[in-house]
Amino acid sequence: MSSVSLQPVSGRRKRADRGARAIVALFTGIALIPLFFILYYLLKEGLGAWSWDFFTTDPTGSFLGDPGGIKSAILGTIEMVAIATAVAVPIGVGVAIWLVEYGRQSWLATGVRYFIDVMTGVPSIVFGLFVYITLVVTNFGGASFAGYKGAIALALLMLPVVTRSAEVVLLLVPNTLREAAYALGAPRWKVIFKIVLPTALPGMVTGILLAIARAAGETAPLLFTATIVNATTFNLGDRMNSLPALIFQDVGQAQDRLVQIAWGAALTLVAMILILTILARLVQRRSRLS
Amino acid sequence: MTPDPTPLTVTDEPHTEPVVSPSLASAATHTATTEPVQREARTITLEKLNAWYGDQHSIKDLSLTFAPNQATALIGPSGSGKSTVVRCINRMHEEIPGARASGAVKLDDFDVYDPKVDVVAVRRAIGMVFQKPNPFPTMSIFDNVASGLRLTARKVDPGHVESALRDAGLWEEVKDRLRKPGIGLSGGQQQRLCIARALAVEPDVLLMDEPASALDPISTLKIEELVQELKSRVTIVIVTHNMQQAARVADQTAFMLDGQLVEIGPTSRIFTNPTDSRTEEYVTGKFG
Repeated sequence: MSSVSLQPVSGRRKRADRGARAIVALFTGIALIPLFFILYYLLKEGLGAWSWDFFTTDPTGSFLGDPGGIKSAILGTIEMVAIATAVAVPIGVGVAIWLVEYGRQSWLATGVRYFIDVMTGVPSIVFGLFVYITLVVTNFGGASFAGYKGAIALALLMLPVVTRSAEVVLLLVPNTLREAAYALGAPRWKVIFKIVLPTALPGMVTGILLAIARAAGETAPLLFTATIVNATTFNLGDRMNSLPALIFQDVGQAQDRLVQIAWGAALTLVAMILILTILARLVQRRSRLS
Repeated sequence: MTPDPTPLTVTDEPHTEPVVSPSLASAATHTATTEPVQREARTITLEKLNAWYGDQHSIKDLSLTFAPNQATALIGPSGSGKSTVVRCINRMHEEIPGARASGAVKLDDFDVYDPKVDVVAVRRAIGMVFQKPNPFPTMSIFDNVASGLRLTARKVDPGHVESALRDAGLWEEVKDRLRKPGIGLSGGQQQRLCIARALAVEPDVLLMDEPASALDPISTLKIEELVQELKSRVTIVIVTHNMQQAARVADQTAFMLDGQLVEIGPTSRIFTNPTDSRTEEYVTGKFG
């Protein structure tokens, strides 16, 4: 038997290791504090506002009487975000496919990439202003404010987020898979649609969900495109209520009941995005392989 | 030489009736004889092939013939252009941005680089197996084998998938889990799955770019046995870093250096009695 003697680790190294760990743990803790408090206050203040009527009646707009519920805001947000998603996702994914599979390092692709980066950094209110000036002030389509105009502002906001995240995910698809498909004699469009896109799908869904979550929470682009109303509407040409706009309006009121509605609406928004995320993950898991 | 049984037509039109070799047809009906039936494979002729990556001239005036129903090993040190030669044969070389090639690559008397030829059609006739196993991660074992047919708009017959898996020596290991993901297999099984995928489209030629270099010895042995069996059906070009492997599987061996062919000949002669001193130095391990 030979006894192995390893060189002892110096005390200074051990202390440095413990210190580094403590610092990382501390920062993690600090980052979690606001998250915890946001959830805590949302639940504490918001749950009290939740009731059957809260979800099934429209806001009344009355200051002293019954303030009503938030039905129009929930439906308005769903309608506008759904339309914005339906517009932004195909276009954004299409641009990303072009950038990764066709444009690559060409000057046009580099230019497009640059503009997408600029667009990602544009404040959301600017998208609202843009739609306000081009579509609202000009009474485009015969009306000034309209739900679909809000949806356009949200789609513009989502587009760079969807494109950028889709591009990153498409770049992650190993080139060996493309090569394998090309070597089998597959034409390019089939390589993209049958091999690259299915492989990138899980990551793309994540990016799309982030874009949806961002759009669903935006107030600024909606304030002067879809504006704030009380009644529920399914007519996209009408003014349309939305959760962020309703929160914005109610939270500034000198009425505790209205402030509580704002909290309830905020909790509703968070819950909706959570449900959407969980649903998307479930569908994804089921569809991956039988 | 018997007359060519199937005239070579390389078009973009999908084969409505996939040409099934005698051995495959018999395997599909479960009356497979143990003796593989010889099938007329194609001769590949390279004539003054040159290839570039951007400004880098990596294949220089290479002329070389790969005999039908034989396995030819391409050996040479890293960077000698072995993989590039193989990628020029099925025109995968041009998929790399900035890469181009000139000269002629002939499949019998059909020029793969003819401007009228559709590159997609070329790749249907010349299958390829890569260094690292690359099954499609979103697909099951069955779908991976069928993918070549589906991607080229041909009908998928389950019997055809089975015979491709049998030909790749994988059927017994996967027959009970054809619907499981292809990436759930071991590395060696994945590589045989990739071989099955390449065989399912009925190529005339199989290019293998260091197919066993990422595998363990037992998996490597299985791949080598496969090469021996598949020779009866296809012309095989195998790039390898491993000289023992070349000696074990190849009928003829070509030694490359700096993008040029140094010499080609029967494997036994290349390893025992090479004419060029550089070949001798390489095969005896003096460099590379």
